[in-house]
Amino acid sequence: MGKLFAVLVALITLVSTGIFVARIWWPPPDISTLGIGIDRQLTETMVAAGVLFVAAQLTLAVFAWRYGGRSAAHPIRVFPGGAAPMVGFAVVLVGLEIAVLTLIGTRVWSRIFLTPPAPNALAIDVQAEQFAYCFRYPGPDGKLGAVHPELMDEGSGNFFGLDPANDTAARDDIISATLEVPVGRPILLTLHAKDVGHSFYVPDLRLQQDFVPGLTIPLHFTATRATKREIVCTQLCGLGHYNMRAYLEVLPPDRFAQWLKEQSPE
Amino acid sequence: MSDTAPPPVVRRHALQGRVRPPHPAAPPGFLRRHVFSLDHKVIGRQYLDLALVAVLTGMVLSWLMRFHLAYPEAALPGLGALAPNRAPNGVMTPELYLSLMTMHGTIMVFFVLTTAPFAGFGNFVLPLQVGAEDMAFPRFNMMSFWVTLAAFLVLVAAFFVPEGPPLSGWTAYAPLSAIGKDAGPGQGLGQTLWVCSIALFCVAQLLGSLNFIATTLDCRTRGMSLMRLPQSTWAWFITSVIALIAFSVLLPACILLLLDRVAGTSFFVPGGLVVSDRLQPHTGGSPLLWQHLFWFFGHPEVYIAILPGFGIVSHILPAFARKPLLGPRVVIGCMVAIGFLSYTVWGHHMFLSGMNPVSATLFSVPTLIITIPATIVTLLWIGTLYGSRLRLTTAALFCLGFVSVFVTGGMSGFFLAQPSIDTYLHGTYFVVGHFHFVMGVAAMFGIFAGVYFWFPKMYGRMLDERLGKLHFVLTLVGVYCIFMPMHYLGLAGNVRRYSAFTDDYMKGSLPLHRFITIAALFTGAVQLVFLANLIRSRLRGAKAPDNPWEATTLEWATSSPPPADNFGGHPPVVARGPNEYGVPGPTGDFVMQAAPELGEV
Repeated sequence: MGKLFAVLVALITLVSTGIFVARIWWPPPDISTLGIGIDRQLTETMVAAGVLFVAAQLTLAVFAWRYGGRSAAHPIRVFPGGAAPMVGFAVVLVGLEIAVLTLIGTRVWSRIFLTPPAPNALAIDVQAEQFAYCFRYPGPDGKLGAVHPELMDEGSGNFFGLDPANDTAARDDIISATLEVPVGRPILLTLHAKDVGHSFYVPDLRLQQDFVPGLTIPLHFTATRATKREIVCTQLCGLGHYNMRAYLEVLPPDRFAQWLKEQSPE
Repeated sequence: MSDTAPPPVVRRHALQGRVRPPHPAAPPGFLRRHVFSLDHKVIGRQYLDLALVAVLTGMVLSWLMRFHLAYPEAALPGLGALAPNRAPNGVMTPELYLSLMTMHGTIMVFFVLTTAPFAGFGNFVLPLQVGAEDMAFPRFNMMSFWVTLAAFLVLVAAFFVPEGPPLSGWTAYAPLSAIGKDAGPGQGLGQTLWVCSIALFCVAQLLGSLNFIATTLDCRTRGMSLMRLPQSTWAWFITSVIALIAFSVLLPACILLLLDRVAGTSFFVPGGLVVSDRLQPHTGGSPLLWQHLFWFFGHPEVYIAILPGFGIVSHILPAFARKPLLGPRVVIGCMVAIGFLSYTVWGHHMFLSGMNPVSATLFSVPTLIITIPATIVTLLWIGTLYGSRLRLTTAALFCLGFVSVFVTGGMSGFFLAQPSIDTYLHGTYFVVGHFHFVMGVAAMFGIFAGVYFWFPKMYGRMLDERLGKLHFVLTLVGVYCIFMPMHYLGLAGNVRRYSAFTDDYMKGSLPLHRFITIAALFTGAVQLVFLANLIRSRLRGAKAPDNPWEATTLEWATSSPPPADNFGGHPPVVARGPNEYGVPGPTGDFVMQAAPELGEV
């Protein structure tokens, strides 16, 4: 039984590690300026954790193979040095690994969530609701109209509860069901929810952020490639959660300008 | 009074300084003896039976979910009859999927992973291991079981209300869980039943953990110093302290959520929300408050589920390795450290929740630091195997399996503990694979190890070892086939809590989802071997000797099963620690904690 266990654990370890190493399932190609830091952090952690994983599982397998079913003729032996080397190993090696990963990781995290967006960032308002995203661009006046929850009405298409009759800033707001952004320009999203919690997740951007009812949350990124990708919801929001998504379309700057022009209500 | 008079023999007890009245004989009558019993052994078995019913329920729910994920359009015969308006023609609707998922998570976390390793085994074994006749408060003990049962029935009742069970997940995030029917099917009465059930469960666990603490501290027999307590008792004791704090936060949180739902308060719901085209009447609450309160309970809950497993493995492994546990005091220290740290890390569930991003880095550090005591304990288990004469019983195999799956689950935790990586992996199947390994499978392996180890003491009969080993091998392979591929899915960006994967980039994951589903059905079927073994052995298993495993601790110093007062009116006197393996003893290579020729006064 000890040998069977050892073989099974060794096989499981090598096959699962092999699939990780072969990168059969791996994050999609990165399309943002911030993704590279996350990818590097992921790979470094993969190597560190992978080495410990293989070492621990194989040691377990070897010990089960070697000491399983030993007769009373064999003398009992204590691990050389007792518990002290284990404690030392864990504190020093794991401690060091934690320190290094935290130092690098904190910089990556800060660049995304603790750094203010570039001053020339394009501001886009994002509203999440059961089970869709709505995007809003300021019109030529550069200002967004105020949101009035009591005026929100799906039937008439007033998703944001705008009041163009009394609110001049709201009159030229551009509403879109897809997130259109120009390539290479910093984008500043302001996320707010209409009903329950949602999330904004674009794996290709390596970016994720919850929508919290009652809060307006800023999120910034810069896309590096013209492409069309999916935005999906990762925060359980009700029965249509699995179907809550929108497209992110990254356009060349000139095509984006043209799109913006076409959308302007005249 | 002369100085030479021998001191009176007084056992330590909650009523310090007073001699405890003799333990009453087992009460007459079937009901008082087997149903409404005050005996911790009966109550422990009742907890385990409840957990068995719960785990089978939770497993069937997971089969239904897995079937739907692999074959989203296929009809499941019989499902239409069970839930006519939620599974037209037997095809599962998204809301049915989410409610099955909610019930699966809730049943498994509360009624299996808390009930079995902590309340169940703790109840049966802890008083025996400390040499007590019963728990410190037998009536509270009985009450805590019946309240747990009531909580389970209230939860299951949600299946039978018109709109079915809630769909907000086991975490019940507000405002989805707080605004009632408008939020979706099941969010009406179903969600209210859920909140009531969890609140009841909290009450039961508070009573139970107080009882464990009092029993460990005050009901120890003579000579049983704290440092002579077996590792398992230490684990249940530390878990009780964690549970006492964790559930006393979840209970008021549930009450506040209930008030938001039924009394028009706004603890967790801000103003200006428009749900189902209706402006909600709430104002001024905070959804993040629920998340903080929930995870302040929720993360320690992970350790409530897994620390008893630590104790069980640390207790069982030396008995089969036939040598002392390496660094027993270090293991206890690590468990205390993990218990303490478990209260400083809840924010790692909320890196992307919208809380201040600075706090993400603060919560990340203790989360990573917790891997240090966890690594030490794992190394000590592996080090204990070194140079041993390992007896590969089923219980020992499940301990080895525990170490393997715990290592695997711990490694993926290393990724999720870092906010920068969590930005990508949060909300994906990577998380599902992680917590199922470390909290689900590892804790289950601890439970299995406990069952195979203590079954003879509980029922006076041995489990079939051949069936046991078959169960172990197939389960080990099965769980790796289910949960390892989930890490691959998560790496590829596959989002969790979706009832179907039909869109562009996730469609490619369907073959892997099918593989997982087949593995889950297979592994589930393997559990029938376990069930058959339980039933067969309970009725016709070989008679168990008092100490079948040649173990040292007090539960093996009495008959199998023990008499009503545990030690037949002769409370043991303890002369040494629980770790005396591999030494020449009167009956083999071990010396019991209360060896008769040394311990009897």
